[in-house]
Amino acid sequence: MQYRVSEFDDTNPELKRFQVRLGFAGFVVLAAFGVLFARFFYLQVVQHEYYHTKAEDNRIAVVPVPPNRGLITDRNGVVLARNDSAYTLEIYRNQVGDLEGTIDELATVVDIQPKDRKRFRRLLDESKSADSLPIRTRLTDEEVARFAANAYRFPGVEIKARLFRQYPLGEVASHAVGYIGRINDRDLERLDAEGLLARYKGSDHIGKVGLEASYESELHGQPGVAQVEIDAGGRALRTLSSTPPTPGNNLVLTLDVKLQEVAEQVFGNFRGALVAIEPSTGGVLAFVSKPGYDPNLFIDGIDPQTWDALNHSPDKPLNNRALSGAYPPGSTIKPFMALAGLELGKRSLEYSISDPGFFSLPGVSHRWRDWKAGGHGSVNLHKSIVISCDTYYYGLGNDLGVDAIHGFLSQFGFGEKTGIDIDGEKPGLLPSQEWKWKRYKQKWFAGDTISVSIGQGYNLATPLQLAYATSILANNGVAYRPHAVRYIEDARTGDRRAIEPQPVRTLKLNPKWIAAVKSAMVDVTRVGTAARSGAGAKYAFGGKTGTAQVVAMKQGEKYDEKKVAERLRDHALFVAYAPAENPRIALGILVENGGHGSTAAAPIARKVFDYYLLGDKPNAPVSADEEGESD
Amino acid sequence: MTDLVYGLKNRFAGAIDATLFSIALVILALGLATLFSAAYGNPARVNGQLVNIGVALAVMWLVAQIPPQTLMRLAVPIYGLGLALLIGVALFGEVVNGARRWLDIGVTRIQPSEVMKIAMPLMLAWFFQKREGHLGWQDWAAAGVLFVVPVGLIAKQPDLGTALLVAAAGFYVIFLAGLSWKLMTGLAIVVGASLPLAWSVLHDYQRRRILTLIDPTTDPLGAGYHIIQSTIAVGSGGMTGKGWLEGTQTHLEFIPERTTDFIFAVYSEEFGLVGNGILLVLYLLLIGRGMVIAAGAATLFSRLLAGAIVMSFFTYAFVNMGMVSGILPVVGVPLPLVSYGGTALVTLFTGIGILMSIQRNRKLVQT
Repeated sequence: MQYRVSEFDDTNPELKRFQVRLGFAGFVVLAAFGVLFARFFYLQVVQHEYYHTKAEDNRIAVVPVPPNRGLITDRNGVVLARNDSAYTLEIYRNQVGDLEGTIDELATVVDIQPKDRKRFRRLLDESKSADSLPIRTRLTDEEVARFAANAYRFPGVEIKARLFRQYPLGEVASHAVGYIGRINDRDLERLDAEGLLARYKGSDHIGKVGLEASYESELHGQPGVAQVEIDAGGRALRTLSSTPPTPGNNLVLTLDVKLQEVAEQVFGNFRGALVAIEPSTGGVLAFVSKPGYDPNLFIDGIDPQTWDALNHSPDKPLNNRALSGAYPPGSTIKPFMALAGLELGKRSLEYSISDPGFFSLPGVSHRWRDWKAGGHGSVNLHKSIVISCDTYYYGLGNDLGVDAIHGFLSQFGFGEKTGIDIDGEKPGLLPSQEWKWKRYKQKWFAGDTISVSIGQGYNLATPLQLAYATSILANNGVAYRPHAVRYIEDARTGDRRAIEPQPVRTLKLNPKWIAAVKSAMVDVTRVGTAARSGAGAKYAFGGKTGTAQVVAMKQGEKYDEKKVAERLRDHALFVAYAPAENPRIALGILVENGGHGSTAAAPIARKVFDYYLLGDKPNAPVSADEEGESD
Repeated sequence: MTDLVYGLKNRFAGAIDATLFSIALVILALGLATLFSAAYGNPARVNGQLVNIGVALAVMWLVAQIPPQTLMRLAVPIYGLGLALLIGVALFGEVVNGARRWLDIGVTRIQPSEVMKIAMPLMLAWFFQKREGHLGWQDWAAAGVLFVVPVGLIAKQPDLGTALLVAAAGFYVIFLAGLSWKLMTGLAIVVGASLPLAWSVLHDYQRRRILTLIDPTTDPLGAGYHIIQSTIAVGSGGMTGKGWLEGTQTHLEFIPERTTDFIFAVYSEEFGLVGNGILLVLYLLLIGRGMVIAAGAATLFSRLLAGAIVMSFFTYAFVNMGMVSGILPVVGVPLPLVSYGGTALVTLFTGIGILMSIQRNRKLVQT
């Protein structure tokens, strides 16, 4: 064998070379470890602060804690909007590759309806944020348990406990309260522009309509911040520190929900609106727009089918008729016209006309007909209101001129927004020469004034404006801005801040003339056009009926209610206040296609008053085919 | 009585080099403590590693009993078997994660490239021993073939990390055998010049690893995530570390593969620069002891084999720590004696066993 013994072979050049090479390798080892140590020194000493911060950033997430939204209650503490806690199933779209496949899988674990899918797709389109979006809301306990057992199969899908806005009374007062909905890209742009984005960190919802929208800044509150330790999967492990959120303020409404329910009930299946105002404060007692809708549908994104149904219904349930529906006020304008005649010295209480049943202007062949063929005989101011004589007002209007009418009636809020604290108000229309010139580039004709005098022609008013004007009259000229919120209440301390305690203006009116008009309005409900509705009342109340044409009648043609299709029938109107002395409630009512104010609208007012003043509950809604006196 | 004790000790522990063994045990202990932290709440990992250590120590003891002469006789069969298995993998191997590395031999699956980590230096050391004294250029060329074939097969799997380690082991033998500096310089230039070519044959994921090494932030959620998070772990450890079981990067699961290839990030986060220094010193002691053994070895075969094994240890440690601290690309190299894993431990302790055998037989006179 050729093995050698190394000790005797130290001079062997190969051994020598090996040792040199090994020494070189040792040097490389030292150098390499030196490089490593230098690197460690760099990372752990020189750059330590930087990496320490990085590790803390990894570890700690700053999570906004959304505030609880303020509650909405009626004046007696009945809850109209509250927050319920419930579980939702939410998907992080960025963490789920195949959304459809995942939803199909989820459907085997929890109940997912086609409408849930549609709604989810809508949410996907509307929101581009990386936040999770709910595929199902309000899971049952059983569904929560079933998903929890299968959660490992669904990365990027989570169960979340969330507070849900709930409107326990559903449709009741829906047009006043409104609803919240998920924050969409349009909302985000607006919040960004207003510099409010920070307030909405962690929040998913925002007021969209009604008081929920107009008092958004009060209701929303301020989010808090929590420092949470998270793991690499983003799961929160524990809270390190937190600043609690400031809950939104509660709204205590002027609304009386019991009255509201009565008013909605007596409306029956009619479309229309009713606004009841407390004249001494401007507080809205009832705010009805029929038909209503269930605001709970909107909170988490309405499914497209239901949305289409609501949106395309001929009844237009989403229209807030009470403040955005502009209708010709018809004869309900007459008390204000009469007051204008007295205040502006164009009429005295004694002055009377002999009514032939029509009015004509000198040199004009057109005849403006009274609603009663053959006329009312001798008519003074009192009678003109009680029996709603058109001819009297044709003449009065002609004597006043449109600009005087405009000037006087605008004091009662016609033609301008009342400034109510619910979104979406329309100003109606109170015409003037200037307006017509601006709008149509046309001269005002004397004939235009004749129609305006009985609330037709260019005139348009919202039911809210009718109620407002009536409340000012009932309150002898002292005007309070209509408002639905009585107090804003701090959710933690219970401190209350009153809304609108001061009148916006006081009209300079002669008490004598007010008394005269009011007494005529009381007689309307005793012996006049609304006598049937006033019959047997245990209190005196004032009112005025009105009828607004939906289709224009040709000259000489007679309107026959029975022959006209339901949708083309006249709108019925009624304004009223009660009791006659020291009125506590004033209202404006519009019943679409109801026919006459006396038959469709006035009975509603009577039932609302009976309930509000006496506590009498109505037993049936007003029926449409009650035959009654005419306008 | 004392004779019996001495006899037993000699019979069972005589082959064990106390210095080498003690250093290895200290590193193993540090590794277990780190593993306990990295796998916190998962005691199965620690228990599994204890079993791995038991098996590896038994293997070490067995190998330490084998005299170098026997090892020499085994060199060719082992290398041949390893090569045959590699060819088997290339033809019938199982594809796992896009790479053909495993061979199913009925009972279990084996990774033949692992065998080559020992077989390669064994074979080359045998070869140079055979040709000792009259090395011509043909011999260097033959050594080159023995070197290139298995490395090429492993690189083709593809398993770049193991190919590099096997190549390193082979290279150390050739280097220590006295490959001329001129030739090495020439080879270096050729390799350098062919890098663009190599780039073109690299797999996408391999290119990405190299690119993300240069700038990890280009792919923070993909390939760069490992490097970014492990660098944060190391850097945030600071001078003295966050303390055992206190590493936030570790315990909040920001460090991927924290019980295996990236366990050094855990160690570094919890024990800091001081801990890193201690570990480097321990590795240096291990390597130093190995070099002493190599320098004192009886034959060229033993010298070359011992030297290559020691330098392989160095390579594993350097590449792993370099990768975790972000100065080397991410290749699948475990931290020797620390990372979880039975195969790596068995390979390492086989090497240590060989070193012990060489140490024990350093003065043997062969007749």
